[in-house]
Amino acid sequence: MIKVEHLTKRYAGFTAVNDLSFEVEKGEIVGFLGPNGAGKSTTMRMLSTYMPATSGTASVAGFDVFSQSKEARRHLGYMPENVPLYTDMRVDEYLRYRASIKEITGSRQRERVGDVKELCHLREVESRIIGTLSKGYRQRVGLADALLHAPDLLILDEPTIGLDPNQIRQVRDLIRTLSKHHTILLSTHILPEVEMTCSRVIIINRGQIEAADTPENLIHSMRAAGEIRLQIKTASAEEAVALLGTLPGVKEVSAAVEEEGWSLLTLRIDSKADPAESIWEAARDRKWAVRELSCRRATLEDVFVEMTLGDEEA
Amino acid sequence: MSKFFTLLAREVKSYFYSPIAYVVLCFFLILTGLCFYSGVAFLSRGATEVTVVEAFFNSVPFWIGFILIFPPITMRVFAEEFKMGTMETLMTAPVGDWQVVLSKFGGALIFYIVLWLPTLLYFVIFQEVARTAAATSLGAYWGSYLELLMVGALFISVGCFASVLTQNQIVAAVISLCVITFFFLGGLISYFTPNISAAFRLAVNYGSVLEHMGEFSKGLIDSRRFVFYGSGTLLMLFLTQRVFQYRRWKS
Repeated sequence: MIKVEHLTKRYAGFTAVNDLSFEVEKGEIVGFLGPNGAGKSTTMRMLSTYMPATSGTASVAGFDVFSQSKEARRHLGYMPENVPLYTDMRVDEYLRYRASIKEITGSRQRERVGDVKELCHLREVESRIIGTLSKGYRQRVGLADALLHAPDLLILDEPTIGLDPNQIRQVRDLIRTLSKHHTILLSTHILPEVEMTCSRVIIINRGQIEAADTPENLIHSMRAAGEIRLQIKTASAEEAVALLGTLPGVKEVSAAVEEEGWSLLTLRIDSKADPAESIWEAARDRKWAVRELSCRRATLEDVFVEMTLGDEEA
Repeated sequence: MSKFFTLLAREVKSYFYSPIAYVVLCFFLILTGLCFYSGVAFLSRGATEVTVVEAFFNSVPFWIGFILIFPPITMRVFAEEFKMGTMETLMTAPVGDWQVVLSKFGGALIFYIVLWLPTLLYFVIFQEVARTAAATSLGAYWGSYLELLMVGALFISVGCFASVLTQNQIVAAVISLCVITFFFLGGLISYFTPNISAAFRLAVNYGSVLEHMGEFSKGLIDSRRFVFYGSGTLLMLFLTQRVFQYRRWKS
């Protein structure tokens, strides 16, 4: 559905997107992640045909976004960041206007405008002026507009930014409903959301792809995919660190001394192993007093931090 | 084509959604009303060779006010959409650059025509009251309004060009005001400097809005003026389309 090859965008003095290549298959929901300024919006703008690339090519539904721009636009629905709308128009008027310039006319227009209003729950505000709507409703108007021409591909730039938790949930449910008929490329900062909705994730940083895989695989491929916290009372914390380090599945152990002889050990563990049981056995054999033994699985957030902050830490 | 009319309708409507339209309309009605009043007052002082049409369209306050209406009409056409980001939604729908440029130009031109419509009433009333054949000639009406339409088209295209250069409406207004004022004053050079060569005077007068109005308001319709304003407008629209494209390329 999307094919991007060596896409580069240079502004005077800096490179926003550097030699990006990826593909999105029909029916996928792909999450596009990256810190602010990583080049997400720039890439989406190029894919949406708004902005030409400095070099490289991109195609949407088989149409080149530059040379067959109009044809590509007919196959994609784009919702820009912050959802720009004509604030002086009424919701219904705006949707009919957008339908007309997207070449949907007559009875089909009535049908489509009705459908998207239904889908995005806009019935109750259809005659309100857009400028008076809350952020959540505006977001839905933007989404309704993107859906009007029933595009094969939806490009959504931060569809949940600035929404309250309930609205985020509604938009997320909506996106899941849409995924039955549309391929979706969306960018967001809310990582649990990506884990829940996306079938694949592309993480970019400084204009380049850091990783592209399913959320599960990304978590598994991490340097350390989880953490175990262990609080024990022992005569020698160093000895405990050395011993625990040798257990299978444990990658790294660090210790911090707490009050009254307690030590807090943090163990980074492999994604596939679960050494909690052997840790417990080791503690029992050595007669350490245990105050806490807890396990935290890695999330996409850890992957994100590792990918995008990794080099600075190292 | 229907897409163009959809875009055009949106442009025209957007004028009447904003308070600027009503401020400009109001200002313009007061100005033209005063000019018409002073024109009639001048005529009623005694016998003269000028007609009411000439008196109305060739007074100084009329032209000063006339120049001032273009920046508020055109400053927002592109600048506002760039600022609001709606250009992004507009240009990712299957519409062409020219469709957008022409619809914005056309929308402003239609609003400009709406501004002028009430002034027709002045002459209708005058005709009713004066009941003299000498007060008018059909050619003078046609000529004056044709000239207004052509000057309007040119100045609006200049305003559109100024608006596409920036996303700040104030900057767009200042640019268009400067360009239009310089252009207008350029046509007056021959009044201030009497010792210029005949050729230079001819060249200056060729581009002088006031000279043209002088002729047209007498009913002298000169086809050279169509070429002048027509080509000027087309050139400005062409530049507008180029810059419009370029801005998205570098943005």
